[in-house]
Amino acid sequence: MNNDPFILGGVTLASRLFIGTGKYGADSLIPAVAEASGAEVITVAMRRVGKQQDTQGIMGHIPPHMRLLPNTSGARTADEAVRLARLAHAAGCGDWIKIEVISDTRHLLPDGYETAKATEILAKEGFTVLPYINPDLYVARACAEAGAAAIMPLGAPIGTNRGLRTREMVGILIEEIDLPIIVDAGIGRPSQACEAMEMGAAACLVNTAIASSSDPVSMARAFGAAVRAGRDAWLAGPGAVKAQGQGAEASSPLTGFLR
Amino acid sequence: METFQEYLQAWPAERRAAAAANATEADVLAALQKEILQPADFLALLSPAAAPHLESMAQRARDLTLRFFGRAVNIFTPLYISDVCTNQCRYCGFNAKNKQPRRHLSIDEAAAEADVIADKGFQHILLLTGDARHLSSPQYIADAARRIKPRFASVGVEVYSLTTDEYRLLVDAGVDSMTMFQETYNPDLYAWLHPVGPKHDYGFRLNAPQRAAEGGIRSIGVGALLGLESFEQDAFATGLHAWWLQRHYPGVDMSVSIPRICPHEGSFDVQYAVDDRQLVQYVTAMRCFLPRAGITCSSRESAFMRDHLVPIGVTRVSAGVSTAVGGRATEDLHNPGQFEITDCRSLEEMAASLAGIGYQAVLKDWEDPVAV
Repeated sequence: MNNDPFILGGVTLASRLFIGTGKYGADSLIPAVAEASGAEVITVAMRRVGKQQDTQGIMGHIPPHMRLLPNTSGARTADEAVRLARLAHAAGCGDWIKIEVISDTRHLLPDGYETAKATEILAKEGFTVLPYINPDLYVARACAEAGAAAIMPLGAPIGTNRGLRTREMVGILIEEIDLPIIVDAGIGRPSQACEAMEMGAAACLVNTAIASSSDPVSMARAFGAAVRAGRDAWLAGPGAVKAQGQGAEASSPLTGFLR
Repeated sequence: METFQEYLQAWPAERRAAAAANATEADVLAALQKEILQPADFLALLSPAAAPHLESMAQRARDLTLRFFGRAVNIFTPLYISDVCTNQCRYCGFNAKNKQPRRHLSIDEAAAEADVIADKGFQHILLLTGDARHLSSPQYIADAARRIKPRFASVGVEVYSLTTDEYRLLVDAGVDSMTMFQETYNPDLYAWLHPVGPKHDYGFRLNAPQRAAEGGIRSIGVGALLGLESFEQDAFATGLHAWWLQRHYPGVDMSVSIPRICPHEGSFDVQYAVDDRQLVQYVTAMRCFLPRAGITCSSRESAFMRDHLVPIGVTRVSAGVSTAVGGRATEDLHNPGQFEITDCRSLEEMAASLAGIGYQAVLKDWEDPVAV
């Protein structure tokens, strides 16, 4: 029995790892990656989804039990993101939407202002909105006030596999925002996903690190385990870290008898 | 606002040549260690000093390509809708002086050709015309685009230089991408190669991508026709052009094409033939300089070369190519087209070849949020 369910948008999820569908050498790898990861949520770019959801396209490879998280990749403004979200809904992809608004193709950094605007519009329309943002407290607050179901800050720029370069800022969001924080983008290794979960992130979304590995299925399995380990560590509550120079502290202190 | 033509004056041919000639092995190795390369680093990677480090460049390019594009390669196919041309470009099969049959498709004929292409499974299409405004007007190109758009996820154009308003007209008709080949960035050589016709205007062509960006085109490709000018000169200027556009129009999706001059109708003495090693140096240097830019490789290249260029940087390839006007719907193969095709693989064959090297052919990679 899972004593630590993750409830998002009214849905209970057993896994806190979200995976992606881009960059694979073949879409036919997706079912095995999904199974190995244990993930229940999978994101798909609307720009890759065909006009009809046939079995030939990417949608035909997504296991039916998985919850779709369509994203608005390609949108440069709030208006464009809103249109893509509505298209996703009309195409039968459900009412979850990851807002991606990127108008800088050189660095692929999200536009916080436009993201918050799209979040407000779509949340009012009943979508479960997951905005992808720079880990900026003010943008996160704006998205939360606009009705976001979770906040998805980047760990590092998309595709870089550099890990939690934004650790301090993500930590502030975890502390300050009363919504699940799902670290998205930049995580390159399972240990980095584990670190994010140890910090108190609610979940991690990983695509490039799995898709670009030599063995995506094994890497997906590793990420699934890492996210679970990190979550367990967070729940367990790590022991305090002693500052350098304070000396060691024995696990059975010599003065313990005085209690 | 500054134009690229103005910016390029900071990199005159003499400076480019001297920098390439003086680049050292240390410059090359330093460039390969950098996360963000500057133009001088790019030039070092294109220089003779980089040639011995091709494998290291390829390794770096492969890692960057995997990181940002994964193992996915976009597939498109061209549709030539007119080969009537008023230019007399010395290297081109469409040269107005070439006595070959010409054809200009009506909108219905263009749609019929496009239908055949769509039925084969292509979703990204590129419309091409010769340079004959009186016949292939911007309105004609827009009409053709609007007509075929419902059957394609992406409609691009590779046509003569337009004004900003004319690019806007195409955007309104559903065009999302444009490719503009400057051919050579050497103005004197350019003038000699394009002696007659509107293409003679070097500056108007050079600044066309900028006008396209201002007209709302979302995806822009640039390229030099390799072999017209010395390798480092045009290779560097092309990358610099893409880099400059990326910095000035950050919302535009940039790509670079890497064509080498091919045999064609007529004759042209290639002075600066680019060999395979140089082409690989170009692709890998470009990937290191512009990690997120698309790199397009046409069917001018052989299947062997294309299959080997994909892992080290190429992200877009054509398939099922015909450079002749018409012929798909009518089987009327009336002329040899603009250039000879080296790689004749169909969509299925291309997808199978890519799968054989562990890559996926992506047919749809665009959903126009404006049209939704």
